[in-house]
Amino acid sequence: MIINIIIAILVLGSISVLFGALLGYAAVRFKVETDPIVDQLDSILPQTQCGQCGYPGCKPYAQAIANGESINKCAPGGEDTIKKIASLLGVEVEDLDENHEKDNRPKVAFIIEDDCIGCTKCIQACPVDAILGAAKQMHTIIIDECTGCDLCVAPCPVDCIEMRIIPETIQNWQWDLSKIPVKSLD
Amino acid sequence: MMKSIIERISQGKFWQFHGGIHPPEQKKLTSEKPIRNIALPKQLILPLQQHIGSQGELLVTVGDKILKGQPLTKSLNPMSVPVHAPTSGIISAIKKSVIAHPSGLSELCIFIDVDGNDSWIKREICNDFKTLDKETIINKIASAGIAGMGGAGFPTHIKLSAKPEINFLIINAAECEPYITADDLLIREQSEAIIDGIKILDHLLTPAFILIGIEDNKPEAIKALQEATRNIEKIKVCILPTKYPTGGEKQLIKVLTGKEIKSGSLPINSGIIVQNIATCFAITDAVIHDIPLIRRVVTVSGKSLGKPQNIWALLGTPISYLLKQCDHTHENNNKLVVVMGGPLMGFSISNAQVPIIKTSNCILAPSAIEMPSAFSGKSNEVECIRCGQCSDVCPSQLMPQELQWSAKAKDYDQLNKLNLFDCIDCGACAYVCPSQIPLVEYYRIAKAEIRQQQLFDVKSEKAKTRFEARKIRLEKDKTARIEKHKKAAEARKAAMNNSTPEANGAKSAVAAALARVKAKKAASNNQKKSISNKEQHESNDQNHESSLKSNDNRKAKISATIAKVKAKKAQEASISKEVELNDSVTSTLKITDDKKVRIAATIAKAKAKEKEIDNKEEKVTFKSSSKNNQQKEST
Repeated sequence: MIINIIIAILVLGSISVLFGALLGYAAVRFKVETDPIVDQLDSILPQTQCGQCGYPGCKPYAQAIANGESINKCAPGGEDTIKKIASLLGVEVEDLDENHEKDNRPKVAFIIEDDCIGCTKCIQACPVDAILGAAKQMHTIIIDECTGCDLCVAPCPVDCIEMRIIPETIQNWQWDLSKIPVKSLD
Repeated sequence: MMKSIIERISQGKFWQFHGGIHPPEQKKLTSEKPIRNIALPKQLILPLQQHIGSQGELLVTVGDKILKGQPLTKSLNPMSVPVHAPTSGIISAIKKSVIAHPSGLSELCIFIDVDGNDSWIKREICNDFKTLDKETIINKIASAGIAGMGGAGFPTHIKLSAKPEINFLIINAAECEPYITADDLLIREQSEAIIDGIKILDHLLTPAFILIGIEDNKPEAIKALQEATRNIEKIKVCILPTKYPTGGEKQLIKVLTGKEIKSGSLPINSGIIVQNIATCFAITDAVIHDIPLIRRVVTVSGKSLGKPQNIWALLGTPISYLLKQCDHTHENNNKLVVVMGGPLMGFSISNAQVPIIKTSNCILAPSAIEMPSAFSGKSNEVECIRCGQCSDVCPSQLMPQELQWSAKAKDYDQLNKLNLFDCIDCGACAYVCPSQIPLVEYYRIAKAEIRQQQLFDVKSEKAKTRFEARKIRLEKDKTARIEKHKKAAEARKAAMNNSTPEANGAKSAVAAALARVKAKKAASNNQKKSISNKEQHESNDQNHESSLKSNDNRKAKISATIAKVKAKKAQEASISKEVELNDSVTSTLKITDDKKVRIAATIAKAKAKEKEIDNKEEKVTFKSSSKNNQQKEST
């Protein structure tokens, strides 16, 4: 009787140890690298690093969203970004935070070079190193690298930086249906 | 495989592509008249970019006298082709002007005042192209500025430089779109020259077979081609049943060879090259006669014209000039309704100054009966009734109705899944749609937006890497600085502790330096105070700057800058002061700008003082701002 019980315990015990080891091995061996939610959120954000959300860059805001921050604080991304985040997290789409600027047309910074005194303050403020210059030398914006975050505007002591809307060209022109007459044959 | 294809073709049997439509052809308007030569226009407008790719670099400046055939731009990379002077004259301007693009936007154009002499630049005529090696021929084609003349404008020399084995060279003479007869007439009048061009292509590419695809609605052109190719075994003239859009590259390949080109792949990967028949003519001109691409046949058609006809138009000829030559009548309150390209794939243009470019094959000036919607300017679109006719006619076997819904919802992922980019914009779906939905327009919008999105994605990825790199760099700098300070401090400590004469000397030197600095500070402080007092008096006075302006310009500029700085500082200070009152300053400011925090702290100090000493608020503020000034100067 007791022997039977011991056998049963041994058998079940060894089976459980065996499967436990097997599962443990499989968990290590076949580990699936999932994209952490922060990285996914970060890839949705526009990477302007503008800090308008109140966080110092896009990654920190992505981290904050993952920790429960509201999703409607990205002004450059606008409605599209909010929609994408909402669908990723499975939450309701919200309107853009009212404190933020609604105008999310792409812009670039522009330095009025006659006024620049070469103080390097904007260079320190630029999150993507898109300003070229040195102390007491005129500074200029590398237009292709500028994200239009306007972080360089505030530090400028002589207000020589302004944000300019990128002009419409054939390359970035968007079709406007209302301007195109619909064509048909008789 | 190839043999069986050829056998089938010789029996006059062809494959079929999916869908297609049979719109009213309307080709009779222009097909019965010869190609007309017109007098030189007074002015030509040449856009720098007339093809897919990038524009070349300017070789001329305003005021230059130029000869016919002279290159005006040079290509800087393989994807660009040069532009040449279509006739002799003087360059009157190089500026932005409206170009042939649906947006109606302006791009850089060269304006030529025609002198009427039409005098050529020196040419080298080559009677036997077989004496030239392949590279020379390709260079000739590239420097003649030839880009595909069927519509897309892909630089021709790129297609010809490809090295893989070519089974089929297909010459596209289908010209399937209604109204257009430019290729038809060109074949009838210039079949020998076209065959010469095909021979040059044969020499370059050495394909196994050459197939000329032509629709059966051009009997005279077919006759001319058959006549011209009678003694050439290799070239087969394939008479195809008329169906729109047989002239689409992938559709023509399917009809002739039965092969389907995979989505995203190029015909060349399957050993097939397609060239437009007008391009062959341009190649003959370039290689044999040394004439760059400066003119083309343009069908000017439509029922609002008195004399619709095909015209040999110089590139750069304004459309208004061509319309005038064909007796254009404005019937709708002078509102210009002109379509560039055919009725199905073309786009409306708003400005008659738009010039003819390398890819313009047709100018359509319809009457209100032919194209009522273009005149009324509004769409009669109603809801989709899911009849599925669009799917039946789609030559790319897409699902236009699904695409339409996703395009309206801006669901780009879904659009990619539905292979939107396989859509060739042929317009067959919109043509059959009983709800009159302008399907193609929705696709064009979606395509443009997706391309834009892709550009943004690339840019944001770049911004991200730069941001990360910067963060790492700052971190590194910080640790390096701390390390350095630590070391310096240790060294100093060690030196101080050692009571060597050197150390004593250093000590006294430091003390002397400190004393000097103190004295200087006191002096400058006095000076600053006097300046700031002056400022205080005049800060509200708008004219103060002008009064300060001395004859010395530089001084004035500096003082203006200082004033600007002061003004800004004052503004910032007042802002932070307000925030301070609301008691929420630190939490919001800390994160975004620690400089602001510093200012706020200064202000707070000032505030505290203010409470102690009443009625001296302004003075204190100024002190703080001048303090800031000092700080700035010392940095």
